[in-house]
Amino acid sequence: MHASTVRTLLVRGMLAGLIAGLFAFAVAYVGGEPSVDGSIAVEEAQAAQEAAHAGHGGEEAEEEEVVSRSAQSTFGLATGVLVYGVALGGVAALAFSFALGRVGRFSPRATAALTAAAAFTTVYLVPFLKYPATPPAVGNPDTIGKRTTLFFLMILLSVLLGVAAVILGRRLAPRLGNWNASLVAGFGFVLVTGVAFAVLPANDDAVKAGFPAKLLWEFRLASLGVQVVLWVVFAVVFGFLAQKALAARTAGAEPPARVEVPAAG
Amino acid sequence: MAEAAVSAAVSTPSAAVPAPLPVRAVLPWAFFVGLLALIALYFVGAEQGATSLFAGSDVHEWVHDGRHLLGFPCH
Repeated sequence: MHASTVRTLLVRGMLAGLIAGLFAFAVAYVGGEPSVDGSIAVEEAQAAQEAAHAGHGGEEAEEEEVVSRSAQSTFGLATGVLVYGVALGGVAALAFSFALGRVGRFSPRATAALTAAAAFTTVYLVPFLKYPATPPAVGNPDTIGKRTTLFFLMILLSVLLGVAAVILGRRLAPRLGNWNASLVAGFGFVLVTGVAFAVLPANDDAVKAGFPAKLLWEFRLASLGVQVVLWVVFAVVFGFLAQKALAARTAGAEPPARVEVPAAG
Repeated sequence: MAEAAVSAAVSTPSAAVPAPLPVRAVLPWAFFVGLLALIALYFVGAEQGATSLFAGSDVHEWVHDGRHLLGFPCH
């Protein structure tokens, strides 16, 4: 019966991730696309200028479009954000299944909120602080391999440090009490993350010199907003669904083989 | 049924705090879903950028805006 509980939580986690992805897509489309378009305009202006300097005609600056801008900014953007939401929703549901009843005296709803906060912090916020999101057309294509490796490495490191901090906090709790143990573990996480920030190489060439600062700020704010909305909506929706799933279980009733998923809209 | 009775008994003192799910019940799901999620995130976040499994740039161009706004290095 535990396996079917985990399965129910997984399905609900992916559903919550899908719903959260829809909200995140709305934010990305309304809040993020203007700065993406702005960045592409800056790139095209620079490319046209360089072509003019080199004595070529303007037509060489035109890149061949594999996917049109209108498809990229709608269906393409939705594909990326929804796949991201469903995949991380599923992973977060399983992290929740581990955390439930193990991180303290929290209800399923509170555990879901804590899991979402931890996922947002370790999967996005900490890597973002070291290697922030960059708008299109500003990077150096020669360093994309290095930048991608560092970014994924930073996510892995931050998730591992987060897990270590939770384990440390639970170990210290009997001696220090929950509050102080959480403070010590949190401080340890910040300290080691700070050391990692200082030691890992910077990637200054991710943004070309002279790129408009206002545009960069707007793009990064939108990127942050997408993730905040994604995880807040996930926390609320999954918290509601997990609470209901587990209430049915602890009520002593045989868990329904097929749980009707409520329309959480 | 015995398991149901135990978990109900454990969670009786505070109905809001549920008993932990056994690790062996979560682990196979975690492994399999973790693997699938990594593959999905690879295609959204890195395919035809730093490395390519498929030739061309269709995948890159299709998820281009999402890749940027989700924070992945794109190009």
